[in-house]
Amino acid sequence: MRQSALNAVYDLAKRDPRVLFIGSDLGAGVLEKFKAEMPDRYFMEGVSEAAIIGMSAGLAMDGFIPYFNTIATFITRRGFEQVAVDLCLHDLPVRLLASGGGAVYAPLGPTHMALEDIAAMRSLPNMTVFAPVDAPEMTRVIEATLSWPHPAYIRFAKGGDPVVSSPESGFAIGRAIVMRKGADALMISTGVMTSRALIAAETLGASGVQASVLHVHTIKPLDVESICTAAAPSSLVVTIEEHSRIGGLGSAVADALADAGIVTPQLRLAFPDEFVNTYGSQDSVLQSVGLQPPQIAQRILRALSPRQGEVAIS
Amino acid sequence: MNLAETGVPLDSRSKHLRSLVIDGLSAGRGHVGSSLSLIEIIRVLYDDVLNVRPAEPEWPDRDRFILSKGHGCLGLYAVLADHGFFPVAELKTFCKPGALLGGHADAHIPGVEASTGALGHGLPIGVGAALAARLRKRESRVFVVMGDGEVNEGSVWEAALHASKHMLDNLIAIVDYNKLQSYGRIEDVLPLEPLADKWRAFGFAVREVDGHDVNALGETFAALPFEKGKPNAVIAHTLKGRGISFAELDATWHHKSTVDAVMIERLRAALEQG
Repeated sequence: MRQSALNAVYDLAKRDPRVLFIGSDLGAGVLEKFKAEMPDRYFMEGVSEAAIIGMSAGLAMDGFIPYFNTIATFITRRGFEQVAVDLCLHDLPVRLLASGGGAVYAPLGPTHMALEDIAAMRSLPNMTVFAPVDAPEMTRVIEATLSWPHPAYIRFAKGGDPVVSSPESGFAIGRAIVMRKGADALMISTGVMTSRALIAAETLGASGVQASVLHVHTIKPLDVESICTAAAPSSLVVTIEEHSRIGGLGSAVADALADAGIVTPQLRLAFPDEFVNTYGSQDSVLQSVGLQPPQIAQRILRALSPRQGEVAIS
Repeated sequence: MNLAETGVPLDSRSKHLRSLVIDGLSAGRGHVGSSLSLIEIIRVLYDDVLNVRPAEPEWPDRDRFILSKGHGCLGLYAVLADHGFFPVAELKTFCKPGALLGGHADAHIPGVEASTGALGHGLPIGVGAALAARLRKRESRVFVVMGDGEVNEGSVWEAALHASKHMLDNLIAIVDYNKLQSYGRIEDVLPLEPLADKWRAFGFAVREVDGHDVNALGETFAALPFEKGKPNAVIAHTLKGRGISFAELDATWHHKSTVDAVMIERLRAALEQG
């Protein structure tokens, strides 16, 4: 997914001289062809995220479109004030390419896991927040940002993620995509959790429960209309995210439903409000908090009917 | 050394600009001392150095001026109003409901390049602006004024590394070195000396100047770039509260929120005597 994003930035830069690539201290050889072919628009600026975000603002004030890539938490934690003041207050088209969204960096521990990044970024006026599901959708996100006039936070997944998106679904910023239809429950998911939601939906189907899956690649601006339309007739709304239960997709959906007066029960599948205290892999950490497909299916069955859940568990 | 202690007298223009700062205190508040130390730096830049068009503040080829110590904005607003970027009358509604002008520099105001207030933001933005000018092959320059307390911020020194790496001789970092930050003396709160050497060590060509001596400031800016291929730093030695005898070198005048009509008259009287 990261490689697709960077390749898409390269393609944009080839056809639009406003596009710049800025890295902090990324891995050796990253976007070498960009550097070779457009050296004046390629920057590698060291471990100085706060100043780089300010520098990006200064470039954007002059009409450039900087794509800045570093590790997610270094943007959202270290650079929060610069994101808020330099980018959002000035409403500048700087793109923050956030490596390692969610639990991708599970082996590296809590300093590197971005589990409150969506909450932090969506709280800022003018910010747009993306969490695509797979590499092809990431390419569509990057393409769409070229003409988007606001700052954007783009969350990268691990890479090699299953491809479940389809170009036929179309892509528009702020428009959720119906990935599956079913009358018994509505699953709303973002990022790579959508592919897990789809697997969980198949499991549920085998148990006689038909679930819809609504994929939210743009968490802000949220597709309130699609969410409310889908949620109103549902008996259960399930939000699924690789993020703290505070402030992420689940919170955004709850806000939208409450504002619309829709009282459908909501099951929030997310990380608890605590730092992850284990290492391992993204998959093992997701397993530890009940976010792998079989667990998602079980938790939904339990929420729909405690008895069904017991059957499924046995 | 404090070059500002040579005490070059303020001329009528400097006093006029300070009277505009006092106009801005009618809502009872403002960063008085922080604005008064800046006046000559900004005056000389706008009178003699910056290539800007007040009637066309977004003119693409303009020089950029970023007041990174956004709390000193009354000093900037006095000069911008005097140059016709917006009506002088706007100063009298400073910080009032619905006013154009508030307590920190705000980019929606004609002539203000960047919204600042949180410290340590102006130099990184200035680095980006200077890089942008180079990418566009423009001759325009970028001037950034920081407070001395402001250069406590790590982001200032990160940006200094970037400026040096990119050899931005079109970037001018100016430190309003009035020796006082909010709590008290710089040397007590977080010492900066040797400040000029620090900038040199970061790859800047450095000059020190009396920040209230308009002739010395003019000569300094006329010598830009100080050294081809190096970013420039100007350490402007100033007096916080300069021009108001009872506010000079008094940290309690960093910010005032209780300026009443009687105090405004005292300020005007002191300015006349100073």
